[in-house]
Amino acid sequence: MDNIPSTEPVEFMLNVGPQHPATHGVLRLLIDVDGERISQVETHIGYLHRGTEKLCEGETFSQIISLFDRLDYVANFNMEMSYVMAVEKILGLDVPIRAEYIRVVTCELNRIASHLLFYGTLGLDIGAMTPVMYAFREREALQAYFESVSGARMMHNFFRVGGVKEDLPEGFLESLQSYLPKLKQAVQECDQLLTLNDIFLERTKGVGILEKVDAVDFAVSGPNLRASGVEHDIRRTEPYSIYPNLKFSIPTGTNGDSWDRYWVRMQEIQESIFIIEQCIDQIEPGPISGRTRTVIRPPKGEAYVRTESPRGDFGVYLVTEENKEQPYRIKMRSPSFCSLMALETMLQGEYLADAVTILGTLDFIMGEVDR
Amino acid sequence: MNGNEGAEDQKEQRREEALARGAERRRQREGATAKEYPPSPLIQSIVKTLRHLSVDTEQIMDEVIVRTDPESLIETCKLLRETAELEFTYLRCLSAVDYVENIEVVYHLSSLEHPHKTVVKTQVPTESAELPSVVPIWRGADWHEREVHDLFGMAFTNHPNMSPLLLFDGFEGFPLRKSYKIPEQKEGLGG
Repeated sequence: MDNIPSTEPVEFMLNVGPQHPATHGVLRLLIDVDGERISQVETHIGYLHRGTEKLCEGETFSQIISLFDRLDYVANFNMEMSYVMAVEKILGLDVPIRAEYIRVVTCELNRIASHLLFYGTLGLDIGAMTPVMYAFREREALQAYFESVSGARMMHNFFRVGGVKEDLPEGFLESLQSYLPKLKQAVQECDQLLTLNDIFLERTKGVGILEKVDAVDFAVSGPNLRASGVEHDIRRTEPYSIYPNLKFSIPTGTNGDSWDRYWVRMQEIQESIFIIEQCIDQIEPGPISGRTRTVIRPPKGEAYVRTESPRGDFGVYLVTEENKEQPYRIKMRSPSFCSLMALETMLQGEYLADAVTILGTLDFIMGEVDR
Repeated sequence: MNGNEGAEDQKEQRREEALARGAERRRQREGATAKEYPPSPLIQSIVKTLRHLSVDTEQIMDEVIVRTDPESLIETCKLLRETAELEFTYLRCLSAVDYVENIEVVYHLSSLEHPHKTVVKTQVPTESAELPSVVPIWRGADWHEREVHDLFGMAFTNHPNMSPLLLFDGFEGFPLRKSYKIPEQKEGLGG
């Protein structure tokens, strides 16, 4: 009689990560499962902690830009944006209008590239091989544009305090203008592949619901917050740069489930294309950098600047001392950090197999979480 | 000896003054003077809400800053979150700055219902770095406070779980304090 398996529920602890393909980086989860259901989760981060905030305190203001590239390594331009804006705010510096346009064009291209990466890897996570091929084909084209602008495919180090490093290469805008319709079509193709696919719907609809109250309480931001039904976009609520001159809508979900988080990002790609088209129409020749010195010594003060990165509200808190070449303190408020905080609540009560979908749709980058 | 030190001090002071003058001239030349920000109407409602607490309110650039002492921190945060006309439900950022004798903890708040934002600051002496946790008010403060605990050695009482977050178990020292020196890198592997 001893051979008959017990019907009592057995608690089992599963270790996921820190090296696991589904965690998109070095994230470790300790998952308590009760049968197939997740009963409790403990998140461990810090495997990629490089002490960027401490390193910044020993570098000059222009050297720091390259450290910001290494936070969210799929949205480098957006990371640089917050930082240079924070220094400019303390300096009280105006940026030439052409530089602002160049910044917004590169940032929005970067947003598209980042969302395409999300699209591809989400497909892989839930077992669809094809999407990643389509997404990376377009990402490759965008990378080529980044390379022509900054000379690097990643880690661009392109923005400068007071402007940008160089003007756009000759023929860049024309080439981009002729490429955008192709991109639009490719995004539509991607949309047809996955969005209303039966299996995809089955895997994502109603899975990993993030309630509006929880999302706000955990200070989740970006597409994850908007998917939960909060219409909140820094580009609209605290407009910066030239965003007040641009028209775009804010896609907002209703249920806060995995499918909504996916859908919001797919819509955002189209909004970004729309923004870039407007920029191409409006951009005019002019200077690309203000009059700044090589060694920047801002006055004593502090500034908090937030911008909308592909992952949400990326904030930089900068404290400076009088006549110092290095900042006194820099704090980076990263959107992925806050999204990941909500993970423990989101995973509770879900199927273990769905954990991968939820991790995929949260779209975090560990470089930015651990800093 | 005393005379010498006095002369050194004077020299140092003159040097600093010269640097400050240079910086000022440079700023004027570059046309980068401090921008004018309109006074925020938010100050009145914050002062009205917090009138029975010992807080200082001022506006620096576009931010309204509320300075409070550690004792009234929780009360201040609660009122800022719950008062109907303020509703600071969204914790933008929680960070700390080491001013050597004191550690300042900074709470950046904003509201999703109203288009306003504020900053709450409080200072505690570095030797007895301890503050009540704001996790009961904003659950999103959880990891931020653990991070400050890791990197500044600040203890947050009443926090549900104060285990190390970013640093590994057994890490010595508090890296973001000004007194912490980055260890010299050793030659070769394992540096």
